[in-house]
Amino acid sequence: MTSETGFDVDKYDRFPTTEPRPAGELEQLEQAWCGPRTPWEWITATNNNIIGVYYVGAAMLFFVLAGVLALLMRTQLALPMTGFLAQDTYNQIFTMHGTVMMFLFAVPAVEALGVLLLPQMLGARDLPFPRLGAYAFWAYLIGGLAFFCSLFFGLAPDGGWFMYPPLTSMTYSPGINADFWLLGIGFIEISAIAGAIEIIVGVLKTRAPGMTLDKLPVFAWAMLIFACMIIIAFPSIILATLLLELERALGWPFFDPLKGGDPMLWQHLFWFFGHPEVYIIFLPAAGAMSTIIPAMARTPLVGHPLVVMAMLATGFISFGVWAHHMFTTGMPQISINYFSAASMAVSVPAGVQVFAWIATMAAGRMRFSTPGLFAVGGMVIFVMGGLTGVMVAMVPFDWQAHDSYFIVAHLHYVLIGGMVFPLFAAIYYWLPMSSARPLSESWGKWIFWLMFAGHNLAFMPMHLTGLMGMPRRVYTYLPGRGWDLPNFISTIGAFMFGLAVLLWVIDMIRNFRPFGPREAGNIHDGPGLEWLPSGFYSVRSIPVVKSLYPLWDQKGLAEDVAAGRYFLPGAARGERQTLVTSPLNAEPQYVLRIPRPSGWHLFGAVFTAGFFLILTIQAYAAAVVSGVLAIYCIMRWCWFLDAPHTRKTTEIGAGIRVPNYVSGPSSHGWWAMVIVLIVGGMVCLLAGFSYVFLWSRRPDLWQAPPPISSLLVSVGLLAVAGLCALAAPRAVRVARDGAVSAATGLLVLASAGVIAASIVEGRAWWTTGLQPDFSSQGASVYALLSWAGTFAAIGGLMGLYVVLRRLFGRLAAERPSTVDLIGLFLAFTAAQSIGVILLVRLFPGSGL
Amino acid sequence: MTIETPAVLSGWPPPVLDPAGPFAGPVATVAWVLFVMGAVVLTLVLIALGVALFGPPRWKRRVAGEKLVWIGGLAFPVVVLTGLLIYGLSVTARVADAPRPGEMRVRVTGEMWWWRVAYLDDQGREIVQDANEVHIPAGRPVVLELESADVIHSVWIPRLGGKTDMIPGRRNFMRLQADAAGVYAGQCAEYCGGPHALMGLVVVAHSPADFAAWRLKQAAPAAVSGVPGAAVFTASGCGACHTIRGTEANGLAGPDLTHVGSRQTLGAGILPNNQGTMAGWIADSQGIKPGNRMPSYSVLSGQELRDVAAYLESLK
Repeated sequence: MTSETGFDVDKYDRFPTTEPRPAGELEQLEQAWCGPRTPWEWITATNNNIIGVYYVGAAMLFFVLAGVLALLMRTQLALPMTGFLAQDTYNQIFTMHGTVMMFLFAVPAVEALGVLLLPQMLGARDLPFPRLGAYAFWAYLIGGLAFFCSLFFGLAPDGGWFMYPPLTSMTYSPGINADFWLLGIGFIEISAIAGAIEIIVGVLKTRAPGMTLDKLPVFAWAMLIFACMIIIAFPSIILATLLLELERALGWPFFDPLKGGDPMLWQHLFWFFGHPEVYIIFLPAAGAMSTIIPAMARTPLVGHPLVVMAMLATGFISFGVWAHHMFTTGMPQISINYFSAASMAVSVPAGVQVFAWIATMAAGRMRFSTPGLFAVGGMVIFVMGGLTGVMVAMVPFDWQAHDSYFIVAHLHYVLIGGMVFPLFAAIYYWLPMSSARPLSESWGKWIFWLMFAGHNLAFMPMHLTGLMGMPRRVYTYLPGRGWDLPNFISTIGAFMFGLAVLLWVIDMIRNFRPFGPREAGNIHDGPGLEWLPSGFYSVRSIPVVKSLYPLWDQKGLAEDVAAGRYFLPGAARGERQTLVTSPLNAEPQYVLRIPRPSGWHLFGAVFTAGFFLILTIQAYAAAVVSGVLAIYCIMRWCWFLDAPHTRKTTEIGAGIRVPNYVSGPSSHGWWAMVIVLIVGGMVCLLAGFSYVFLWSRRPDLWQAPPPISSLLVSVGLLAVAGLCALAAPRAVRVARDGAVSAATGLLVLASAGVIAASIVEGRAWWTTGLQPDFSSQGASVYALLSWAGTFAAIGGLMGLYVVLRRLFGRLAAERPSTVDLIGLFLAFTAAQSIGVILLVRLFPGSGL
Repeated sequence: MTIETPAVLSGWPPPVLDPAGPFAGPVATVAWVLFVMGAVVLTLVLIALGVALFGPPRWKRRVAGEKLVWIGGLAFPVVVLTGLLIYGLSVTARVADAPRPGEMRVRVTGEMWWWRVAYLDDQGREIVQDANEVHIPAGRPVVLELESADVIHSVWIPRLGGKTDMIPGRRNFMRLQADAAGVYAGQCAEYCGGPHALMGLVVVAHSPADFAAWRLKQAAPAAVSGVPGAAVFTASGCGACHTIRGTEANGLAGPDLTHVGSRQTLGAGILPNNQGTMAGWIADSQGIKPGNRMPSYSVLSGQELRDVAAYLESLK
């Protein structure tokens, strides 16, 4: 095998090592990774074993809360024209049910599973950015709870989870209810993207040596694809929420047809996010199924490469199906046909996975303990949802089924079969990894059968209710239409489902004992690294992986790992460390020093949440204070990044030494910055799409851009700024005395340049008389400029930050990462601004 | 509070599977094809699963290989889906061809939470306005021009065909045909806030001769009469929102009431239309359909209510 990094892979043969481990090594490791002792340490903890459990717990809390809302709705709909819930209450509840389930339960739940499981599965000690993970969690928890509580004040959003304008515009939703929705989603955007960065970098850079991509566990593949999809899809909802809030707060007419806006723009942006979202939820759950079924059948997954290909295909195709939510909007028939075909195509990879699971069950002997039951039951439900999915991909049928209860049935079959049942399988399967006691098997069987029966009783009749003409999102219905009986049955089923969840909660209280010194361990005889003996430090030593199923195929692995006979068996210098490996072949590259807990990420999260919440209740001064404090906390947190090392290298076992610090494309920080920039670039790209879309609707509203002279000034400034930003990382590496100062100067120039260009361009447009609330052109031009300008402002903060670091001596030529990453950001900012300016100046015509 | 449902709105047999026109018929066939496909595929999957879980070893070996994934997961779905797709595209093209010149046009505008209906002449000019009911001649296609006055709504008359959305700033078209005279229930299918649940619509198909007669009658102004209810109507300010052609009531915010007595339903498809329901609606429209734009006229005395209801019911 050729090496990817120059690392000699023959060195793997030195493991397991045979010499005795030095005395006190294990104690030092335990000391470095010791768990929290005081309440303060429990809240500032960053270790994935702790944050992961919090995260799963919070997601399940929202599952229960949104489930209670579902029961309220089913009570209201049990009989026609009941007065159990008032109309506006019902409208808030159904909006919250969908929103909370999708945004505060489903996405965070699978992300939480990744945070909890991935480091252990990959043989890492923690995720690469533990404080970012903790920040994302706290912002999500605080924001999510505040969002949910809006229900108790009658302030919850009531425009549906899809929030179509103009119903959600200021004219038809004047209260702050809709703003609460935009706020709640804001949090999930932050936490999802932060989590995606963690997961991508974690999966690609912190695998156990030897875990080449073909030995990457299928769940890790699923999480990798999931995270990449978040990076592509979430920018669309970020942009959509920003535009809607701009229209609501400032009257910028993106969706208001009177001024050239178009409600359809929202639908495109929402579903370009919204449909991949379904697969974002489904893929990790499918990855869990592909892990659990082989373990329960005690045999390798049949067609592992096919399953991975299928998941990749799902990821790709899912970005081409969004408009199948819009078949009834009067789209041109050619588009309709394309989206119909793509929607059918996306079911093929799902079929591949289902049959791989069946073949695996046949190849082994399935055990029907609770995880096995949930896996098989979930699969059956998912297949039924998939089949109704094919039905609604048939356009003529969709014209009838769309927005009827048939869709309610379909989507619950897909999501409950494709995500909730697999999640319960995962909880039952992996819980012994985190808890001293497993959950009760006998209770588990009751819970499964109640849930399975309840699900089918609740949702099977809805297919019929839909065909009988009952539309979705109705707070009541008239008697005498034949809808009474199926609705009543659905309600009974829903309560059975609720009872199952209640029993599960009780059993969790009875048996869930996390964070203890001992765990129940590998009671299912699972094959993955996550079943190695572990503590808060994850594994005692990081093994060399030679198989897709290491615990089945590598004899004695657990003992050798626990005895410290593999990589990184201690905590050199008492630091928290993990091994960074190369993305394809997982060859050791360097030792990553993992930060210890501190309060700054927590304060940052609290003030970020505070900023959005206070903004929503329109206390602007307090919001600004909170926002400034959030920025301060985040900058304090960054301040300790890129800190000096006492040694250049660390011995990672068997005499192998790797560096403690690398910069550039090998470093984890560089990857994270690139991902952030991809997110920013996607938002900008979609904003560009929105600009062209709005122009195509009303070209008559477009007025001439400012004169060409100002264009030359702003683009010239940006070009210079971009060149300075690109030059800074090179300058810092020049072996001369003034290198650090030169790099600092270049970065300051670059940040000044992007800010100056933003001001020049903004002024040029303002002097043409075009204002953002005039027309769709004004709105979209200023939105694009604001996006680019926000990046410029952040670039300005970075310029300030780099100056401060220089003054305090925290920049050094041998640690160029800070300069690299800020240079990268500023170069991107300059390029993005140039792209924006050229688009709004030259399309559709330069006005020359 | 109890509401007596208009008899025309019954949901059995399921209207989607009980088509009454050429734009719904092929879709019902599609639905049956899909149900059979779904049942067959589900059965096959369950058999494979049953064998995998409980089958004798010899059978299990047959489904245990990658071959099953290639055949069951890839080849079979691709074949079935390709067939379905071609079938689906052909039906789409048949059901959804564009409006043709010379077809009768009706403009239906979705408003929160009722439907403004205008019959157009060949030049697209409005001949006469009505509300919450679309009258069409049976046996020939009619084009609905769909617009919205506020938020997005969607027209769905399941026995006559699928839905089409009404989107502010756009105009969509929908072709409609009932093969036989009759009354067909419809509903708003796109969530439009508030009492979206209670935004119904009826389509009344007449024989061609009846349709011509209906149209003549509809174009005529109301038979003005000096009944006491007319005075209550005027004194209560009803004319600020409602038009009764031939009287001084000329409001445009609410439904045209010129021939309200001849309608099938009240409150946009939710109440049968008779003197009792009319009085109930006027007195307690907010109780019956909370959030709708008409205030409850609970200040009217019983006698006034009876009078105004009798007057409106007389507007046939």
